Amino acid sequence: MTESNPIRSFLLGLLTWFIGLLFFFPVFWMVLNGFKEEADANTDPKLFFDPTLDRYRDIASGDQGLLSFGEAFTNSAWAVIVSTILVLILAVPAAYALSIRPVAKWRDVLFFFISTKFLPIVAAILPLWIIARELDILNTRLVLIVLYTAMNLPLAVWMLRSFFQEVPRELIEAAQLDGASLRGQITSVILPIAAPGLAATALLCVIFAWNEFFLAVQLNPVDGSTVPIWVTSNVSTRGNFLARLSAASTVATLPVLIAGWVAQKRMIRGLAMGAIK
Amino acid sequence: MTTTAVPESIDDSPAPVTADEERRRHQRREAWRRRLPLLPALLFTIVVTQVPFLFSLWYSLTEWTIVPPSDREFIGFGNYTDLATNEFFRSALWTSVLMTVVSVLLSVVLGTALAVLLDRKFFGQGFVRTLLITPFLVMPVVAGLVWNNQILGSAFGVLNWLLETLGFGSVEFVSRFPLWSIVTVLVWQWTPFMMLIMLAGLQSQPDSVLEAARVDGASTSGIFFQITLPHLRPYLELGVLLGSIYLIQVFDHIDVMTGGGPDSTNVPYFVFQRSIGGGWRFGQASAYSIVVVVFSIIIATFGLRVLSGLLEGEDAA
Repeated sequence: MTESNPIRSFLLGLLTWFIGLLFFFPVFWMVLNGFKEEADANTDPKLFFDPTLDRYRDIASGDQGLLSFGEAFTNSAWAVIVSTILVLILAVPAAYALSIRPVAKWRDVLFFFISTKFLPIVAAILPLWIIARELDILNTRLVLIVLYTAMNLPLAVWMLRSFFQEVPRELIEAAQLDGASLRGQITSVILPIAAPGLAATALLCVIFAWNEFFLAVQLNPVDGSTVPIWVTSNVSTRGNFLARLSAASTVATLPVLIAGWVAQKRMIRGLAMGAIK
Repeated sequence: MTTTAVPESIDDSPAPVTADEERRRHQRREAWRRRLPLLPALLFTIVVTQVPFLFSLWYSLTEWTIVPPSDREFIGFGNYTDLATNEFFRSALWTSVLMTVVSVLLSVVLGTALAVLLDRKFFGQGFVRTLLITPFLVMPVVAGLVWNNQILGSAFGVLNWLLETLGFGSVEFVSRFPLWSIVTVLVWQWTPFMMLIMLAGLQSQPDSVLEAARVDGASTSGIFFQITLPHLRPYLELGVLLGSIYLIQVFDHIDVMTGGGPDSTNVPYFVFQRSIGGGWRFGQASAYSIVVVVFSIIIATFGLRVLSGLLEGEDAA
């Protein structure tokens, strides 16, 4: 919007800056504390201090608790990457069947997918725990991969369907006339056009899976534990831990933070299309 | 009805039976061809999300404690009648409602305001947007811990240091106001998400309409309330819907900030405490979770109505 009054416009810009810095402050403070000695972190807030990388060395060596960072990171990477790939493999054809060549009751099917997100996961955790124990997959990566796929699939189907709606029908019909198979249509016509949407969808799946704590801590407290569990393992009941916890939190947050910053514009577009179309 | 069937379509030259059957077979084949790409995702979702609920339903009708191990005993609706009189459960239910409603409303209002502020040209626009979306990307466990220890904490928290410096006493925010401390963190994380949705809504507004309104001499606030806000309605609805889905299930923040308590245990946390969190009373906990499902279905029915509004008119297009 263009503003007629330059002073008003300037002040509003200033206000936006102020709120932006305010919202960012807790993250800034966390990163800052990660470079402190415990003595500097566990006192009145200090903006200036002798920065040190020792806390990062501490968390890398993993002298506290049973779970090492390397282990947690590997488990998280497995669960996040494999589940996101599975989500896309399942959601792309499903979204096709709900948009481009829709099944008879596509609206009901779409509602069913979304309705599963309304059912609180806590209501399913007991049977999931029991079933996982029976199948002997408690404390494995497999159980998280399966559940993260189920957790993100409805959102992915919903968003991808909206993106597929955007693909011009003439292009698909032309491909069909040329005798392209379903897979051919998807890979050569639909996906290239819907690529930004696909990226936005995948990114949201990655964020939700990477940050997931509840299922991981219930089902994998011993083995196959992920990064969020590792972060909480840095809370100590003996001695000071703030600086160390800050360093751990920074490392745990960084991958998603960078991905989100890079893809923010795409995400805005993705959400808009997911919303309306 | 007992009268003879009325022909559905007026067809003066009835096709031969074989051709008719051929067409129907073709239609059936076509229907299956359309359904096929959908099936893997649908079956996967049904198995992983619906089957556990059937188990929960069955458990909820039994008396069953895992530690110490006991046999499962069918007791009908006993767990449900217990639950109606359990004041801890009622308190958890009320906490859930407050936590969800207040967090969703506050983050939608703040998110909309921030989106409007951001949707103007000013120096460093992109950078400020990056600052503002950051809280949404932070791992919930980390958000809870950082606020708990470093912002709200009474020992080394920045906010309390600020209060003391300004001459006010320090406040034990998290132990005195557990619910509102958690809501603060939730609003901090979800405002950016709402802002992203609203920003998308604002950017999809056709410039020509706004231009025309301005030429006609409409005031800035008039344009906002009469043109922009109605345009944003579906985006607002989407924000409320998605926010409710995720915020009704809050667990992580409670776990790391208060570990539960009279004012901060919501229903998900309550179910956890009564079962794998140490109570081990699976039968009773299942009954609680079934009640959560019923409440969620009530909310969902409302939510799906909103959704069907969003999908309206798409068939006509």
